[in-house]
Amino acid sequence: MIITVIYYLLIAFVVFLLGWNLIKSRKGQEEVLYVIVLVPFLLRLLRLK
Amino acid sequence: MSAAAVRKIIILGLGLALAAASGVSFHKSRRLREPLVAGPSVASVKKLSEYLPALRGTANDENVYVLEGPKPGGTFLVLGGTHPEEPAGRLAAWILAENAEMEAGRVFVVPSANRSATTVTRPGGAYPASYTIPTAWGGQVFRMGDRWSNPLDQWPDPEVYIHYPTRQQLAYMDVRNLNRAWPGRPGGTLTERTTHALVRLIDREKVDVVIDLHEAELQYPVISTIVTHPKGADLAAMVSMVLTDEEFKMGMEKSPAELRGLSHREIGDHTKAIPLLFESPEPFLDATRGRTDARLLLDGRDEFVVKAGKHGLLFEKIDEKGWPIDVRVGRHTSAILQTFDVWTQDHPDRPVIAKNVPKYKEVIARGTGAFLRDPAKADPKSVHYE
Repeated sequence: MIITVIYYLLIAFVVFLLGWNLIKSRKGQEEVLYVIVLVPFLLRLLRLK
Repeated sequence: MSAAAVRKIIILGLGLALAAASGVSFHKSRRLREPLVAGPSVASVKKLSEYLPALRGTANDENVYVLEGPKPGGTFLVLGGTHPEEPAGRLAAWILAENAEMEAGRVFVVPSANRSATTVTRPGGAYPASYTIPTAWGGQVFRMGDRWSNPLDQWPDPEVYIHYPTRQQLAYMDVRNLNRAWPGRPGGTLTERTTHALVRLIDREKVDVVIDLHEAELQYPVISTIVTHPKGADLAAMVSMVLTDEEFKMGMEKSPAELRGLSHREIGDHTKAIPLLFESPEPFLDATRGRTDARLLLDGRDEFVVKAGKHGLLFEKIDEKGWPIDVRVGRHTSAILQTFDVWTQDHPDRPVIAKNVPKYKEVIARGTGAFLRDPAKADPKSVHYE
């Protein structure tokens, strides 16, 4: 149970990092990449997949 | 607002739309309701958490259908859906719960032994989210499921799965495999708690025989067979012989003592029950299969698996007719009934007799759907959801 909570905290941190990098990025191609990578992490964080 | 900000918002919006669309699809698939109409001999429907309260509120607090005859007798437990991506097992258990008319003895039926695993599928393997069994009343939709418990219910996996209590090291993903988690433990993972609850059921209800229904790829040597704990060898041998003589070829193998966590080993070692595991052929699972979809799951026809057979790579025959679901379900229902018969002959003081369950030829002739009951026409009190 504790490991599962840590896992979800890590997922939330990765989602935060991807969002932060999306905001800071200046290249459109990188922004698309960040969003594509973000989708599965977001789905897991929301416990949908 | 700058052009860069507008671009970011558009890209993020498209991403969120993608996440929303896929999220809705996953959510619907996970919560697809599967009605089961309790048959005439279902005396009660229990929850598995009655045997282990630690399961209450989890995905695996599953239904246990208790079929009872008017005469006392022996007790069987039939497990479908240990591996839900092997649908013949679930469907055979479904047919048993919906149709059986018990004359003697008790049968506990669990159609979704690893219910969590029914709520997830394998998109990376092109698995469909669901499949439909055609019926006279339109068809019944079932969740496709996977081999392992849903990661949403049990995650993360360890680097190595250490089986309890033997400490044998197994593949990491099998920590979520119900048939590597026997006998389980009350404070373990969801999968271990599930098997432990079933062990408690076996003990408390004094189950004589456990039948665990499976399917296997044709490239796997353990196929079209009964796998038994050594203490069930006589029973399995007789069932195998009678089935081979009267209906279809059925082998028999003893459970290897070195391979831990499997029902046919651990139930035999940790309870008084005799565990038997039935395997039917499922080309959908073969690594050499072609297009992977619900059609292949149900009709079992695949030209690439046939070609593998022509090269001598398979342990079961296959031709252009494939292995349709009706054949596979019929094998399981006949094998269950034959086990009841042999048990009753060997234990006349503890008979288990069931009528109105279709055998192999009848399932093939009329189709699996002919034995699924229409929930719309049933008494709402008898409709349960898996």
